[in-house]
Amino acid sequence: MQMPTPDPTILARKDEIVRQLGQVLPKGAVISDVSETRAYECDGLSAYRCPPLAVVLPTTTQQVSDVMRLCHAMGVPVVPRGSGTSLAGGALPTGDCVILGVARLNAVLETDYDNRFVRVQSGRTNLSVTGAVEEDGFFYAPDPSSQLACAIAGNIAMNSGGAHCLKYGVTTNNLMGVTLVLMDGTVTELGGAHLDAGGLDLLGLICGSEGQLGVVTEATLRILHKPEGARPVLIGYDSSEVAGACVSDIIKAGVLPVAIEFMDRPCIRATEAFAAAGYPDCEALLIVEVEGSPAEIDEQLEIILDIARRHDPVELRESTSAEESARIWLGRKSAFGAMGQMGDYMCLDGTIPVSELPFVLRRIGELSAEYGLKVGNVFHAGDGNMHPLILYDANKPGDLELCEAFGAEILKLCVDAGGCLTGEHGVGIEKRDLMSYQYAPEDLEIQMAVKDVFDPKWLLNPAKVFPLENSAARRIAAE
Amino acid sequence: MTMMCPDTEDALAGMITAADGPFQIVGGGTRGFTVQGAALSTAALSGISLYEPGAMTLVVRAGTPMAEVDAALAVEGQRLAFEPMDHRAVLGTTGEPTIGGAVAANVSGPRRIQVGACRDFLLGVRFVDGQGRVLKNGGRVMKNVTGYDLVKLMAGSYGTLGVMTELSLKVMPVARSMGTLVAEGLSDAAAVQALSAALGTPFDVSGAAHVQGGRTMVRLEGFAASVAYRAAALQAILAPFGAWALEMDNAQDWQNVRDVAALHGDGDLWRLSVKPSDAPGLVARVSGARAVYDWAGGLIWLAVPEGTDVRTALGVFGGHATLIRADIGTKQRLGVFQPQPAPLAAIEAGLRARFDPRGLFNPGVMHSAVQEKAG
Repeated sequence: MQMPTPDPTILARKDEIVRQLGQVLPKGAVISDVSETRAYECDGLSAYRCPPLAVVLPTTTQQVSDVMRLCHAMGVPVVPRGSGTSLAGGALPTGDCVILGVARLNAVLETDYDNRFVRVQSGRTNLSVTGAVEEDGFFYAPDPSSQLACAIAGNIAMNSGGAHCLKYGVTTNNLMGVTLVLMDGTVTELGGAHLDAGGLDLLGLICGSEGQLGVVTEATLRILHKPEGARPVLIGYDSSEVAGACVSDIIKAGVLPVAIEFMDRPCIRATEAFAAAGYPDCEALLIVEVEGSPAEIDEQLEIILDIARRHDPVELRESTSAEESARIWLGRKSAFGAMGQMGDYMCLDGTIPVSELPFVLRRIGELSAEYGLKVGNVFHAGDGNMHPLILYDANKPGDLELCEAFGAEILKLCVDAGGCLTGEHGVGIEKRDLMSYQYAPEDLEIQMAVKDVFDPKWLLNPAKVFPLENSAARRIAAE
Repeated sequence: MTMMCPDTEDALAGMITAADGPFQIVGGGTRGFTVQGAALSTAALSGISLYEPGAMTLVVRAGTPMAEVDAALAVEGQRLAFEPMDHRAVLGTTGEPTIGGAVAANVSGPRRIQVGACRDFLLGVRFVDGQGRVLKNGGRVMKNVTGYDLVKLMAGSYGTLGVMTELSLKVMPVARSMGTLVAEGLSDAAAVQALSAALGTPFDVSGAAHVQGGRTMVRLEGFAASVAYRAAALQAILAPFGAWALEMDNAQDWQNVRDVAALHGDGDLWRLSVKPSDAPGLVARVSGARAVYDWAGGLIWLAVPEGTDVRTALGVFGGHATLIRADIGTKQRLGVFQPQPAPLAAIEAGLRARFDPRGLFNPGVMHSAVQEKAG
């Protein structure tokens, strides 16, 4: 993985840059000591590391604006950072950049149940948004698996999803407004407490732009009343084709579960060894969860179980208590940890049309044999969002490269099957160089032209999303 | 005037490349936009390319009539859940609404509060930009964060950024049954409070509307027993606001809300997107106005005497006002779209300059040509 060479003229000006940043920020909000900046050298994609020039931790939108204005004037790249949980390297620094961390912007600014929104500063963690409203029966729906740690700012940058987005949608479907700071320091508002911001859908454009168009300091988020209850069923099949057909039939039947999760045999075995959830040893396991009152849940599950039985399952387990529900979810929720016990792993999130599931799973199995690397599949089946976990040994020379090559093959397979490279993690640096596999040069050109409008000097998170050769002319011209 | 009707993306690209003046992009021509320019119709870019009911996805060419889309989905018991309105009756237009037109105007109906707007259902788009480049963004899968989300940008861009040729959409199952709780004679303020209270429950309300001086309605959809259960629970919760009768299968009532049937006829018509609890107070600021509230007050349809400057009457508020029905003079004088704050207007102008550098597409729509000349 290549990153641009740090600009030596910026490195040479470090002391002056740090001094100027210190003038607009409170004491302790600028970190420039090499021993301390190291804490920011990577995000969740820890295979790649690079300490930044400096780190700033502003506490107000005005301070963010001041930092941006200064960096803009000094020609210093800025890499925004939420909680640093990106699996795609979205917050990976370059040696000549200032990391703009929003962690200290974590207040709840407004809670409005009549109009069903909460306005928060963007460094607040995903789960603590729900935490701020749950006593009153409300929740914020998008639930990425890192929700305990990940920040709303990062959720917006990556348009994060979660296990329950089949019913509730992803971040962009639950985001009503933002306060956005542009690279030149301009502060602007998009949307708010009303639905559908006026003019062009800039809010939709900002969401998922990976911190390349502006820095979000505040967000208005839609909140919903919690459902009365939820209950899962576990269904085991001896082939992934049959499991895929079952998913398709459930959707066609007009039931809309909140989640349909899928695990394959390697993943089931790994989680059983790790968490002993009592899963059957079968080829494909589905966890389907529905919500509502007890009677509504019964009615929906009856339809789902009827469909499941028609496909001749090897296991059918209906939860009758909170303990049984927790047990059904236990293995699924431990899947990443279980795979982690077996070695280092890379987690991808290519998305495919649901109908292509059996073909793609079979092909991943073949590739696993070719590359000699184990892979377990656990994913959101209702929306085709795969999560192949490739196991490798970080201490074995060449194994990471082999794993990355295998991962790239899987992502190309997803594109070939009519899907995409990433369903919820984002492109970052991880999938940057594969973008030209999914998109033609003109398709990338028009996206880069969008960045030209927001950030003409290409200072904001510049080495991400677009293959370096595609963005080179712009990055160099801007220097 | 002759109408250009390209039947392939390449033919369309050729026309755009060869253009020496602006185009008026026409889908079904039902949504009331007229601009100076050569008429460019998407009518020949028509037909369903792919429909996978089990994956809830539809890929369709932009010029496909809405009726054809609805019919194909109905065969499989599915629908466009965002419930796009039909503008013909309220605007007095004729023609066949197209899927491309609905997407270009991001048209969403009463169910928007539950499932999202048109833009939330748009998974992918193919379009030709102002340089005649055939471009794509998004795809046909439910979750996709691969690169910038130009899909959202294209939805609701009113044809000003490019000519859309093909759209991928998420579709949803039709609910097995539908019931509506109806109260009569509520004041606007009480109605909006009641609708907000209904939305603040776990009972999954799919419509929340109030016709000024008329009915206040809360829609529930799903399996029959579930609708009955939730209706009973809501009747109890909403009792302080009035008596709520349950009416089953009153689809026509919701079509009337969707298409603003109560405000057909004379006078100007405005569409306001606001914070729901602000709605009754905002309506009261406009003298002589008649209102229909949808989205629990978040969407206000306002009929006013011809030529009324609603934006001036409203003053500063959180949201925006769009002029839907008025004579051309009023539209030019007041502007159809709410002017954007300067930083956003600059970004929008920058985007238009890159997507459509020659200013070929629907000039004057969204950004007021009159205002720009005056400015």
